[in-house]
Amino acid sequence: MKALGSRFAFYVGFVVGTCTLYVLLRQVRFTRNVGSVEPEAHEKSLLEMIEEENKNWKKERSALFNLNHPHHTGEDGTLADALYKSVRILCWVMTGPNNLEKKARHVKATWSRHCNIVVFISSVDDPDFPTVGLNTKEGRDQLYWKTIRAFHYVMEKHGDEADWFLKADDDTYVVVDNLRWILANHSPEDPLYFGRRFKPYVKQGYMSGGAGYVLSKEALRRFVEGFRTKVCTHTSSVEDLALGQCMEKIGVVAGDSRDTLERETFHPFVPESHLTGTFPKTFWYWNYCYYPIVQGPQCCSDLAVSFHYVDASHMYLLEYYTYHLRAFGYKYRYQPPKPSVIQDLNAPAPDKVEIGDIEEKLGAEEQEGEKKSHEHNEKLKQISA
Amino acid sequence: MMSEGSSFMKGMVLGGIFCLVMSFFENFNSGTHSEVHEHLHHHLKPLSKDELEKLSESQMSDLPLQVRVYCLIMVTPKLLVHWATANDTWSKHCDKSVFYTSESSKALEAVDLQEQDEWARLRKAIKHAYENAGDLRWFFVARPTTFAIIENLKYLVLDKDPSQPFYIGHTEKSGELDYVEYDSGIVLSYEAMRRLIEMFKDEDRCPERGHALWKTSEEKQLATCLKYSGVFAENGEDAQGKGLFNKKSVSSLISDSMGQNPADVVEACCSDMAITFAGMSPSQMQVLMYGVYRLRPYGHDFHDSLTFLPPKDSDND
Repeated sequence: MKALGSRFAFYVGFVVGTCTLYVLLRQVRFTRNVGSVEPEAHEKSLLEMIEEENKNWKKERSALFNLNHPHHTGEDGTLADALYKSVRILCWVMTGPNNLEKKARHVKATWSRHCNIVVFISSVDDPDFPTVGLNTKEGRDQLYWKTIRAFHYVMEKHGDEADWFLKADDDTYVVVDNLRWILANHSPEDPLYFGRRFKPYVKQGYMSGGAGYVLSKEALRRFVEGFRTKVCTHTSSVEDLALGQCMEKIGVVAGDSRDTLERETFHPFVPESHLTGTFPKTFWYWNYCYYPIVQGPQCCSDLAVSFHYVDASHMYLLEYYTYHLRAFGYKYRYQPPKPSVIQDLNAPAPDKVEIGDIEEKLGAEEQEGEKKSHEHNEKLKQISA
Repeated sequence: MMSEGSSFMKGMVLGGIFCLVMSFFENFNSGTHSEVHEHLHHHLKPLSKDELEKLSESQMSDLPLQVRVYCLIMVTPKLLVHWATANDTWSKHCDKSVFYTSESSKALEAVDLQEQDEWARLRKAIKHAYENAGDLRWFFVARPTTFAIIENLKYLVLDKDPSQPFYIGHTEKSGELDYVEYDSGIVLSYEAMRRLIEMFKDEDRCPERGHALWKTSEEKQLATCLKYSGVFAENGEDAQGKGLFNKKSVSSLISDSMGQNPADVVEACCSDMAITFAGMSPSQMQVLMYGVYRLRPYGHDFHDSLTFLPPKDSDND
């Protein structure tokens, strides 16, 4: 009996020993693998980040000057490049010291790379980021002060280096190429400003702050002049409304930024809200929009310019959707007409652009689009007259 | 008592040593093994732009007809909202899309297979699709929780001959079996379908109802049947080796990339020519529809040598 008992104990011990060692070895191997991967990846990425940035930007006078208009492998960017040269946009981004890492950094890594010049406006000077501090404090009540000072600053430092001046928040995503498409039909010497038009309080309407708005050079001149002559003052801290009231006083026209199918381009919310959301009837939005609100797919132009309340990961998502992800060979339904600036330049068409017979099929839609754009220009001429 | 205790200890020690020795051997073998497996693991890429341009006029005009896709979308009434979304979005870009359901729903049209078992249902759907294929030669199987960009699928198989067996998607390994994950969509050529349906008749190697105590997932059963008929799983990737079939959502992949590649989030994340994403909510799918087929930066053109026209009667693409 005893012999059997000890033999049995031996076998049990053998099994227990094998299993314990097996588990231990697995654990060791696992932690070794995990451990070796992580620290390496982190160090590499910091260096890579700095390298990437130095390739794309020239830091000068606390602004970022775009060195290379981002291009994609395999794409023909001639049209975009032509617009980049002829429609120079300075983007200034409203941010603060607490949001540099959370928000502004992602703006810097994504859409702002498509501006000709970028300035990050804060309450504190930061030569590394870089941000410009304009002697203000932080907080919602400082928004109009920041805006006034920001526009004065860009006029003084960069007035000759750009044609249009865009204001955006650090949670606004802007498709700068599409903004150029809209602006290319207008002259920066005309007193104009564009954005998501709201109707209350101001007769000609005013532009939503969060969705971003853009001033022509003449509009900016008049804005700065208006403060010098005290025609405009710091009337309230509601930045977009106060600015809109000033614009009306100084004769700057609130433009129609919709595309040739009358679809909005500047958006005060994220795409999901506009495309799939239904705003409750009591929501302020219904009473604010200057043009009829459309919910569902026709809410938004294919050539959307901006979205608001975009958080960090959403910035990258939108960058991926706009500039990267595509359907091979897909012929877009909406064929936007070429802006007048390009037609004047008479840029030679690259070889494979005119796929003639296919264009004929959608020719009808294009003609309609051109008709609308013509009407569009006519309307503007009437307003500014 | 003492002798038992000491026997036990002796056993434990010997067991531990035995395990260590085995693991050394395993490392030695698997070191060489994994290399061999790498080569057997197939990677399938689309034609490069240069290769496309080299194709002759007649080849180019044939291609749009050759790469027509039959979509099999496997739905259940539980997935009604996703079902409706798939119906309203990506499935419109298939040359033919058929919804196969476990039981009919009054709200949406589908082929009612009246079958609760998922593997049996998949078999029936495959047979039905093959019989009703007409002159379509490529088949895409997915659940409505997957979003597919069919034009990019066509781009991937553009130069592949559907009379050859192809079984493509995101491949995983289960022991010795390479299988395509269901969540990220399964692509089958006409020949693969034909061989599969032949194999369905073999109740031993490809049974309709499993005899085992536990159930194997349909994706693995499919892989097994295909393997027996000489069809092997291939991983669909782009020219840079990035996977085209994703079982995660776009936002999930972006978050991962933000953690792993903060310097180059978008480049490192996902392919430009991605074919599938999974695990997205219906409204996220509508946004993806807008993002793929509409939203774009003006002035950046890709002069693709092939054109796919938008589907009729649709306004979200």
